[in-house]
Amino acid sequence: MNAPNKSGWKPAMEAAEDGLHNGPQTVTGNRALMLEEPLIFEIGKAEVTGVDLPKIDPAVPTRLAGLHRDDAIGLVGLTEPETVRHYTRLSRQNYGIDLGFFPLGSCTMKHNPRLNEKMARLPGFADIHPLAPQNSVQGALQVIDELATWLKTLTGMPAVAMSPKAGAHGELCGILAIRAAHTAAGNPREVVLVPESAHGTNPATAAFAGYRVEDIPATPEGRVNVAELKARLGPDVAAVMITNPNTCGLFEKDFREIADAVHEAGGYVYCDGANFNAIVGRVRPGDLGVDAMHINLHKTFSTPHGGGGPGSGPVVFSEALAPYAPLPFVKQDDAGEYYLVEEEHREERGPTFGRMTAFHGQMGMFTRALTYMLSHGADGLKQVAEDAVLNANYILRSLEDLLHAPFADSGPCMHEALFGDKDFGGDLSTLDLAKALIDEGYHPMTVYFPLVVHGAMLVEPTETESKASIDQFIEAFRSVAQRALDGDQSMKQAPYYAPRRRLDETAAARKPKLAWSEPEE
Amino acid sequence: MRYLPLTDTDRGDMLAKIGAGSIDDLFVDVPEIARLDGPIRDLPMHASEMAVERHMKARANKNLAAGDAPFFLGAGAYRHHIPASVDTVIQRGEFLTAYTPYQPEIAQGTLQMLFEFQTQVARLYGCAVANASLYDGSTACWEAVAMAGRVTKRNRAVLSGALHPHYAQVVKTMAQFTGDTIADSAPAIQTEPDLDGLTARIDDETACVVVQYPDILGRISDLSKVADAAHAKGALLIVVNTEPVALGAIMSPGEMGADIVVGEGQSIGVGLQFGGPYLGLFAVRDPKHVRQMPGRLCGETTDAEGKRGFVLTLSTREQHIRREKATSNICTNSGLCALAFSVHMTLLGEKGMRELAAENHRLACLAADRLEKVPGVKLLNTSFFNEFTLMLDGKPAREIVRELADRGVLGGVSLGRLYPGIEALEHALLVAVTETTTEDDIETLANELERIVMEPAQ
Repeated sequence: MNAPNKSGWKPAMEAAEDGLHNGPQTVTGNRALMLEEPLIFEIGKAEVTGVDLPKIDPAVPTRLAGLHRDDAIGLVGLTEPETVRHYTRLSRQNYGIDLGFFPLGSCTMKHNPRLNEKMARLPGFADIHPLAPQNSVQGALQVIDELATWLKTLTGMPAVAMSPKAGAHGELCGILAIRAAHTAAGNPREVVLVPESAHGTNPATAAFAGYRVEDIPATPEGRVNVAELKARLGPDVAAVMITNPNTCGLFEKDFREIADAVHEAGGYVYCDGANFNAIVGRVRPGDLGVDAMHINLHKTFSTPHGGGGPGSGPVVFSEALAPYAPLPFVKQDDAGEYYLVEEEHREERGPTFGRMTAFHGQMGMFTRALTYMLSHGADGLKQVAEDAVLNANYILRSLEDLLHAPFADSGPCMHEALFGDKDFGGDLSTLDLAKALIDEGYHPMTVYFPLVVHGAMLVEPTETESKASIDQFIEAFRSVAQRALDGDQSMKQAPYYAPRRRLDETAAARKPKLAWSEPEE
Repeated sequence: MRYLPLTDTDRGDMLAKIGAGSIDDLFVDVPEIARLDGPIRDLPMHASEMAVERHMKARANKNLAAGDAPFFLGAGAYRHHIPASVDTVIQRGEFLTAYTPYQPEIAQGTLQMLFEFQTQVARLYGCAVANASLYDGSTACWEAVAMAGRVTKRNRAVLSGALHPHYAQVVKTMAQFTGDTIADSAPAIQTEPDLDGLTARIDDETACVVVQYPDILGRISDLSKVADAAHAKGALLIVVNTEPVALGAIMSPGEMGADIVVGEGQSIGVGLQFGGPYLGLFAVRDPKHVRQMPGRLCGETTDAEGKRGFVLTLSTREQHIRREKATSNICTNSGLCALAFSVHMTLLGEKGMRELAAENHRLACLAADRLEKVPGVKLLNTSFFNEFTLMLDGKPAREIVRELADRGVLGGVSLGRLYPGIEALEHALLVAVTETTTEDDIETLANELERIVMEPAQ
């Protein structure tokens, strides 16, 4: 028995205007395997539960300071079969890497190996407390130390902070270390320079750390304008934040020259490591003059994106910044026993800038990432970068004759290929193309980013797509691109075949409804 | 390599299409100085699934899993039973391998779940609106302090001495860089928290007061008076909760007048995982504060056919739109942990949540009564939910904890570890009890404590 359709939608009994849904309408609103699913608040009940717990004995005295919660909390429960079905139905309205190609530029949506999941669930990792006596968690501290060694070796950097919870948190960690180092030298400085093509997190992070953000312009070929950057350097510039490979998908070939100039002016170089997948095992950022760089374990090292987190963003540091890294960190004593350096270790903690999170970081992601690194090894990781770059160049060269590729002549791209919406017909936009791609069975590429290209489309295939998969994508992409260039107006209503048609985001923001409430009779 | 689908033939064909002679031609923009001539030599080469499993298991086996010992640790992370179906759901590839739901037409699963999650959190906290989650409780605590600054245009935060010290550290770490002033203190070792002392520190410059409920020593107190005192000075009350199960038994922070309620959601569905990933919960009592909130928000709308659907909304607050003027630099949430929380919460429901809380409290009372009978052990608390503080005679609590671990008992968290350098806390042990604790576990801890506490120090 399907749950009643409470979405407020009444099936029209005639064919839809677009003429595309010629089958008869269904009374449930379902379409065979696409099942409508109400909210738990519409199907659950306060008195229903899916767990078996002892009944409450009201006679048992309590010590709750008289602060009993007397009113209903307002929760509803489902039994186990209903719960599993509810979430299974919801899951089928989601696109995921397991289902198909996920070409999101800058996000590195590679396959998530299941061995990672299996290892993270070993009770010796999953079922240990962060404050457990350290003599009882030596294996966990060893894993953190081992992963730290891999990260330092792959980046050619001497130190790493493991605790940041995500990429943006890692950025913050890096910029705070830079600020702490400047402050220790007597002046925190005022400005952080950020390229126009940077992720929004870069300027937001710098602002959160108390810096004023200034843009660095790009050259027509899609790289940092070195002359303008050098001209702007001075005693007020604390750091430069550069993404390399950059968000146009290009390697910043002048990076070393930039780093030297920044160091010359007394500043530090922050590298956004979002795109490390393109160079892992082939290039060490430490050799380019980087002072701090976060690494997204959920990109380069295959830990799952999970529909939006949790991520993990360890930060590697140069010698200059290492002393300011946040607590805690793992060390080994003379007897080979691992221990955490925390606030109390006054001697060893040095001039650390403090603590970023309650505990030691994303252990569940460390186990997954280390599992992945061991699987690939140094040779496999190098192959990862090569295949990721090969796939991206193959896409670039297979589409550049049809779509505007602003940096196609800037040399090979790295892990992602960038296109723009120049020459689209009618008033069609990148968004229309993205939605039409959904109907072809693909998650769209990253759209409208980076901001330096009009109607940007950033395609990142990663190394885990086969040639057949990429060829099929190219065919689909060419077809929707051709329609966009021809001004095919039917694209303005795409997608037609997804679980939902286009959603009204304007209405959602104008009158926000952010929690369920009983419908008014 | 089992994760790489390209064959050498494919690679050759693709290089030909690109017009490159070799893969090295694609890395031509990397300067000479940074090129590696082969795989990094200091690292091992690729390994089979079986070999990797062996390597990782060897490390896992060196840890004493909480489930394999009498276990009493809390202090911001709690061991609860997670129903089997929770893990089944979060391992579905459509949830596990999905991205942030920027394309709502093909992410309704994640979005509807987030809408349900936000509703569950808001109700648990007694608030109007919850966001789609943050990294963890401690970072949510800082984000709340930062938000209070935006709302009140002031920059002084008063922290209760009984706030989790690591949360206080995170707030103080960030405040050094933002110019906020933080007034804090150490917890007073007494039966009742000093709320009058706390309210006395609120002045006309105060943006917010931050109080933990139940607090770091496990004590519970009515915070309505603190809310009134804060509001009288134009400040906000931020209430921090590290044990959401407690809110199945005790009054919600929203009911007591908290303006922002934040906390750790790990207890419900997420598991211990040595400290992460966890789940930051964040909610506001008054909907007018919504546009100052950090993080992701999911909202209801309709699609072009009039069907109900969900989208990420109010994103003009966020970094990808607002860049340096955003309400936070964060870029995502803890989606999969939020899913685990929501599935577990759906299984519990109102009835299960209340029964779970009652069972936690019943066992904690049992444990407190039994442990108090151990010679040399005093119970500090008159009120608690599932965690309380014991004052131990003899050796420092840290040593006792270590000796207990050597004997296969994970007996609690020594406050000396959390508050290094505070003499009064050297002998305090924080003991947490949940539905997973058995009466035998309690008896074992009591007997081992009796053996160790009275031993002369080495």
